[in-house]
Amino acid sequence: MKIVVCIKQVPDTATQMKVAAGGKSIETAGITWIVSPYDEFAVEEALRIKEKRGQGEVVVISLGPDRVKETLRSSLAMGADRAIHLNDPAWAEADTLTTARALAAAIKQEGPALVLCGRQAIDDDMGAVAAQLAEILGWPCASWIMEEAVDADAKNIRVGRQVEGGLELFDLPLPAVVSAQKGLNEPRYPTLKGIMGAKRKEIKDLKAGDVGLAGEPPQLSLISLEALPPRAAGRIIQGDVPTAVKELVRSLREDAKAI
Amino acid sequence: MAGAIWCMVEDDRQGSPKKVMAEVLGEATRLGLGPVEALWLTDTANDEGLKQLGEWGATRIVLLEDAALAPYRAEVWAPIVADLAGKESPKAILAPVTSRQRELMARLAARLGVGLSADSVALAAEGDRLIATRPVYAGKLLSKVTWAKTPWMVTLRPNVFRPAEAQPGRTATVDRPSATPPGAAMKLVERREEVSTGLPELTEAEIVISGGRGMKGPENYVILEKMAGVIGAAVGASRAAVDAGWRPHRFQIGQTGRTISPKLYMGFGVSGAIQHLAGMRTSKVIVAVNKDPEAPIFKIADYGIVGDLFEVVPALTEELKKLKEHS
Repeated sequence: MKIVVCIKQVPDTATQMKVAAGGKSIETAGITWIVSPYDEFAVEEALRIKEKRGQGEVVVISLGPDRVKETLRSSLAMGADRAIHLNDPAWAEADTLTTARALAAAIKQEGPALVLCGRQAIDDDMGAVAAQLAEILGWPCASWIMEEAVDADAKNIRVGRQVEGGLELFDLPLPAVVSAQKGLNEPRYPTLKGIMGAKRKEIKDLKAGDVGLAGEPPQLSLISLEALPPRAAGRIIQGDVPTAVKELVRSLREDAKAI
Repeated sequence: MAGAIWCMVEDDRQGSPKKVMAEVLGEATRLGLGPVEALWLTDTANDEGLKQLGEWGATRIVLLEDAALAPYRAEVWAPIVADLAGKESPKAILAPVTSRQRELMARLAARLGVGLSADSVALAAEGDRLIATRPVYAGKLLSKVTWAKTPWMVTLRPNVFRPAEAQPGRTATVDRPSATPPGAAMKLVERREEVSTGLPELTEAEIVISGGRGMKGPENYVILEKMAGVIGAAVGASRAAVDAGWRPHRFQIGQTGRTISPKLYMGFGVSGAIQHLAGMRTSKVIVAVNKDPEAPIFKIADYGIVGDLFEVVPALTEELKKLKEHS
């Protein structure tokens, strides 16, 4: 069973984000780049499916500039078999739809039984690519899954998707697209052997033309990127606990009108 | 109709629109870009629900009521909405951020070949274009985006947009176009309801109480739940508390959890790591209680108490109880 996992390279969650000159991009100096955490759950789940079945192939794929190679390499170190890097200046301003189209074109060439994504990348937080991939491929999709089981003959996947107030269990015929929510699993750390082995694994570079696409203008374009307006300085309420609590409740009720 | 602003209806699966629709319809009306219409896909819609949408400002309701539309599946809903959009050419399609709508809108945007601004917190009409503001990097930065063509598709973050005031007597015309839902590949096996805590959903709650590492253990969250019960709040947790296994993942606030914008956020024993602040800093009022006066959360808090949460929480619960009894 072949599984494709879509991953995105993002700044580490501890990064203090700054807007670069020009107001349309972030200051990248000093940033530690990581695999978006939800995508890491997706990689882990793909590896577990393969290990459980005792056979299969896990292919990780990512769209982005040269630095994305390191991120693909870290998924290979976790155990993925090979990687595809969609790397073309034509995709520099890709929105989610352009990204989904590029990924879908590459996925069609691979013909996997299952595509796994994270529920959203933690940079643009759009959370649209998995559903858009499914639409373009014409496959069913389940978002925000917390559990899954592929049946013995790899014809069906049963997933539990997180919804308001509960979990919905669905059967999806394969091929299908699913997106991982936190809680699906605990991603492994790469072993030293894994890290060494990853250096010898293939990372295939694909340009837009290689997957039959031409550059296209984004449907959603960025006008500007801004820092958040600073919050007005707050106040530490002094006094012993009973006094401070009374004053807090009075402030919340009378000044802030929050309760 | 052509040029309309469509609002996708999120309902309670019992036939009534959710309260968040007042926010979506209110914003659609405020934009003043075209007639405000509600598009409702469901297996059951009740008259009270239709009346409610009219009172909130929908001038027309397009109702697709069909048993085959339940349970929700994007692969079934998206083609129907896309076909209707093809016939009617709406100018914009708005929906609240819910588990169904965020997936449906993404799939629909791909089908229509248009842009989607997900989880938007502000909308502005400028000349003949729409500009959406949306948090990125979990709210560490704000981005402004616009569309190459219509329909402009937007999902709106709950609790951010001012809800429409219901105007009794205002009614909407109801159209029931015929549509045959396509067959579905995916099938519902079962729905497992969570044991209801009686408390609101984290992302929908007007008040959120959050506990961090300072809670010291899972057994202590009961004091936060008690306070939450008094003021109708949801209870969340920091990543530290979730990773320690004290609370399930769905309660995590922050960059790898939920991003929330309640009217009031109160953090207890939450230090305020960057990734947590990102998830709650758009709350209208922030209260922090922490033993450590240097905790970063105090830098963004409107009100802070430096002290032991195990003393503050019971005292605060009593004080809030008194307030509720007297009001």
